[in-house]
Amino acid sequence: MRRSGSGLSWERGLLLACAGLVIVLTVSIIVFISTKGLATFLVNRVSPAEFLLSTEWAPDRPAEQGGPRVGGLPYILGSVAVSVLAVMVATPLGLSGAVFAVEVAPRWGQRVLQPALEMLAGIPSVVYGWMGLTVLVPFVREHAGGLGFSLLAGFLVLSVMVLPTIFTVSADSLRALPPDLKEAAYALGSTRWQTIRRVLLPAARSGIIAGVVLGLARAFGEALAVQMVIGNTRKIPTSLLDPVTTLTSAITMDMPYTVMGSLWNNVLWSMALLLLLMSCGFIVAIKLIARRGVKL
Amino acid sequence: MNARTADRVATALFWLGAILLVALLGGLLGYIVYHGGRHITWDFLTSPPETIRAGGGIGPQLFNSLYLLILSMAITVLIGLPAGIFLAEYARPGLVTEAVRFSIETLSSLPSIVVGLFGLLVFVVLTGWGYSLMAGALALTVINLPLIVRVSEEAIRSVPHDLREGSLALGASQWQTIWKVVMPCAFPGILTGVIIAAGRVFGEAAALLYTAGMSSPRLHFGLWNPAHPSSPLNPFRPAETLAVHIWKVNAEGLIPDLRRVGDGAAAVLVLVVLGFNLGARWLGRRIHRRLTAA
Repeated sequence: MRRSGSGLSWERGLLLACAGLVIVLTVSIIVFISTKGLATFLVNRVSPAEFLLSTEWAPDRPAEQGGPRVGGLPYILGSVAVSVLAVMVATPLGLSGAVFAVEVAPRWGQRVLQPALEMLAGIPSVVYGWMGLTVLVPFVREHAGGLGFSLLAGFLVLSVMVLPTIFTVSADSLRALPPDLKEAAYALGSTRWQTIRRVLLPAARSGIIAGVVLGLARAFGEALAVQMVIGNTRKIPTSLLDPVTTLTSAITMDMPYTVMGSLWNNVLWSMALLLLLMSCGFIVAIKLIARRGVKL
Repeated sequence: MNARTADRVATALFWLGAILLVALLGGLLGYIVYHGGRHITWDFLTSPPETIRAGGGIGPQLFNSLYLLILSMAITVLIGLPAGIFLAEYARPGLVTEAVRFSIETLSSLPSIVVGLFGLLVFVVLTGWGYSLMAGALALTVINLPLIVRVSEEAIRSVPHDLREGSLALGASQWQTIWKVVMPCAFPGILTGVIIAAGRVFGEAAALLYTAGMSSPRLHFGLWNPAHPSSPLNPFRPAETLAVHIWKVNAEGLIPDLRRVGDGAAAVLVLVVLGFNLGARWLGRRIHRRLTAA
């Protein structure tokens, strides 16, 4: 290949500028959200411990009555609860779907299941929210009790939404396994189930875990679908039928009603910062898992 | 239970799981399209929404969604495609390449509401545009950029190396080779990616709440001067999209026929996204067949 490309020609400069823009964008997102999100702690002097660990929430209580208090724990716990439960429901289904598509019925899997899951991923999240609201919430109210707006409705809606992620990543990692593994297991006289359970699933483990973490990340950051069905009540749930609230839902609900620069508004930005940090944390976790997988 | 029975049971369970998944999708799509489809009429698709009375349509919202889609995809491709070309053709392992890859990964995992808030800060407040189509389009660009960069990089990488060497051997420069030989070959793959991204743009709502806004000014269709404040084409006016509309009519709950508007709009949304997906799939298959037959 000609080496003239190594100089800084105009077209190379243009392409580099566009690639550079991607970096600039990422850095500015991190900088802007951090600046706004840290104001709670740097300007309003709220201790991070109060934000992360306290359940007392009264952002507009005057100082003489002992306020304001901005304990974010109910929001954090709500987010953790809906996303963890969603992943617990979606993982067995998504993983068994992936094994089915790759090992049990490859043709049928490829022609029906894969496109079906891709379409599931394509359905917009407000539509999931709308379906949850008009079908699932009344169903829960009539058959399980309570208001219907609940942790249960929230994680069921989310579990359908993260299914495609878990399915796709698991299927990809199963497909990437060297065929020798399977052949060796069959040559030893294993049944298909034994091969899947004792050889293929353990070998694809790091990929599968990465898929589950990715699903968890999706669930954690999902906003509108969750907000529409969970009831948005700021309390720590004691049963699946209790209404809850999440970080994303608090941002969605309160952002338009708070004044920029006020403590209440700043706390919402801190919640956004927390979401940002969590999503970075999830990427790092996936990277670590992938690295461990290579060594195996 | 001996190994053979266990195998049979497991197989049966896998089939059951797969059937459950397909039934879930079928049930969901069937329900949305059946329930909402009845409400889709020409009038519903073209008339403006009502704020407190029954009988409103989704005309401006549908228009806004499509306009936003075009605006945002244009910007995304304009930045993403060159970045993809850079990664596939020019980038050498090093700090810059590492940083671009890390950025793409970070961007693609960001919750869309965080992107919306960033848009509020930068594209709405800092630029002084206020809630506007442009702010919404830029927020959507942030969401779709990683997908477009990755798709273009992959499509360009999968072009056989011989083609490049042949072109270079004939004395073409690297840039001529990319532009005249590699890009035409990579085009179908890139187009498929763009269509899928377009489907995502159409359904996105969380990132638009605080960038494109939750209301539309009174639009005068027929007024096509983009600088006029009530022209539908003005990119600096607030614009409520279809997906945002579903969320908002429900959150406000002021219209009596909420259910009809929500069901109808959800069906339109799903049908359009489905159309995009099937279109991309069809196009991909068609092009694949033509390339392999040639």
